[in-house]
Amino acid sequence: MTNPAQLAPAVAAAGTLPRLQDGPSGPPPRRALSGRNIMLYGTLIVVSVYYLLPLYVMIVTSLKGMPEIRLGNIFSPPVEVTFQPWVKAWAEACTGINCDGLSRGFWNSVRILIPSVILSVSVASVSGYALSKWKFKGSELFFSILLLGAFIPYQVMLYPIVIILRELGLYGSLGGLVLVHLIFGLPINTLLFRNYFAQVPEELFKAARVDGAGFWGIFIRIMLPMSLPIFVVSLIIQVTGIWNDFLFGVVYTKPDLYPMTVQLNNIVNSVQGVKEYNVNMAATLLTGLVPLVIYFASGKLFVRGIAAGAVKG
Amino acid sequence: MAITETSAAIPASGERQAVRPPNRLFRNISAKIALLPMILVAVGIFVGGTTWTIVYSFTDSGLLPRLDWAGLEQYERLWSQRRWIVSIQNLAIYGICSLVFTLVIGFVLAALLDRKIRFEDTFRTIFLYPFALSFIVTGLVWQWILNPNFGVQKIVRSLGFENFTFDPLYNADIVIYGLLIAGLWQGTGLIMCIMLAGLRGIDEDIWKAARVDGIPAWKTYIRIIIPMMKPVFVTALVLIASGIVKLYDLVVAQTSGGPGIASEVPAKYVYDKMFQGQNLGQGFAASTMMLVTVAIILIPWAFLQFGGRAKK
Repeated sequence: MTNPAQLAPAVAAAGTLPRLQDGPSGPPPRRALSGRNIMLYGTLIVVSVYYLLPLYVMIVTSLKGMPEIRLGNIFSPPVEVTFQPWVKAWAEACTGINCDGLSRGFWNSVRILIPSVILSVSVASVSGYALSKWKFKGSELFFSILLLGAFIPYQVMLYPIVIILRELGLYGSLGGLVLVHLIFGLPINTLLFRNYFAQVPEELFKAARVDGAGFWGIFIRIMLPMSLPIFVVSLIIQVTGIWNDFLFGVVYTKPDLYPMTVQLNNIVNSVQGVKEYNVNMAATLLTGLVPLVIYFASGKLFVRGIAAGAVKG
Repeated sequence: MAITETSAAIPASGERQAVRPPNRLFRNISAKIALLPMILVAVGIFVGGTTWTIVYSFTDSGLLPRLDWAGLEQYERLWSQRRWIVSIQNLAIYGICSLVFTLVIGFVLAALLDRKIRFEDTFRTIFLYPFALSFIVTGLVWQWILNPNFGVQKIVRSLGFENFTFDPLYNADIVIYGLLIAGLWQGTGLIMCIMLAGLRGIDEDIWKAARVDGIPAWKTYIRIIIPMMKPVFVTALVLIASGIVKLYDLVVAQTSGGPGIASEVPAKYVYDKMFQGQNLGQGFAASTMMLVTVAIILIPWAFLQFGGRAKK
């Protein structure tokens, strides 16, 4: 049970123990408040303030009443906390003729998000698996094309996809938008799964083939059980990406199916009526809440996801 | 038992031998079927769609795409539009500033976090969280903070500086820097993370060697660490650059292209012409120009990365 590696430092420490009586040795302990540390932590704290400021302003503004906003400044905490702006943003804010608030956009986004994420993660995982373990002539070429496609500005492909969706009868529907998210999520997620499955030892794969497992058998029985982390990473990328999408939502859906980001923009940037900044900030915060919760809940996996997607790409 | 099985298998394989030609095609058939969606996307959408747009950018398509050849007419018209010129200028200013500041800030933050500090995770979480938010949310928050009647300008004025003006979103000359502040807030965290991963990949012995030689830390960074991190910098550069070309949501949310046309960008030009102006040809020509911009960035990178060893 006892690990020799864990024992080693203890032995070493025991060995040096008598020397303590000779007097102090080794470098003097660093003072916590050295000039270098003040500079270091000072800079980090000042920068942190810049990064945290918008979040703070959003929260503070959304909890104030309009009279207080007009008089005070945007950084001061609310004197009188009110949740009215949140209620209004969620259930009453108007876009065009609809006055049922952001809840409509929220549920649209949920209805877009769930099928899009399931579809794109499953297609990407199977593609990544096939590309890493079942290479055939031309498979690498198709993969290179797919990766290059990730760099093409979306604007170039917007209209051809409109035509394809119209032919399929999906233009303006949620199904069409789901398909678009599937298409544009494919390069990065396929890359992720391909790199992950490529690290699985070849022997394991060969043994399974000798035992008679086929393409799907190996995928389901061997690859899936060992790839939970990469699925979580891919899931995080897709959920935040699809939730935050604006362009595809505005191009491929109709006003009553707009996702939350599009509806948020329409509410805040609408030209009619008196601007209610507190409602706007509550709405903004509501829209940002889903990715923020995912971000803070997933912690290091989020970092791993973007690092994997970026550095290897 | 075994014999019957093999004897049953022989005619089957014999049959397969008989239809010999497609044999190669049908090997690994499930893998090929599984890759069909990806191949369809790569070839059908990415290659097909791009080619389609480029071809139609040479036509005089208006409300609907038509194959009436018009040569370079759309491009001539595009480059004579003031709005397009402003868009390109904005993209250039935003692009250069964003590139420089993101790289510098990203690297400095990563280097600070790499100094074996306490609360590293906390700081990293703070610097990266804006990246989880959408550009729409980013744009709307900064629109509010930079609002001259309530935001930064008013606060500095109420501190006694009566003549202080800082209203980037209402001043055509500096509106692009208002966008830059928001864009940097959202995007630097990502680059910091990539730089940090790069710094962690550098051998600890290099630091020890530099310390033994008495080289100060800042000099070690500039002379040794940064040259070693060249691949990381190149990746970061490509990431930032391809993000800049796509810049759209942020502008729509924060300024809607205003005041006037002062903060227009190419992606917005494309959208407006295609889906609101009913001028498809202009949209196609503008998006093709965006593609050319990306190609100008990507091709040197591809040569740097793959040139020499791969047959790419």
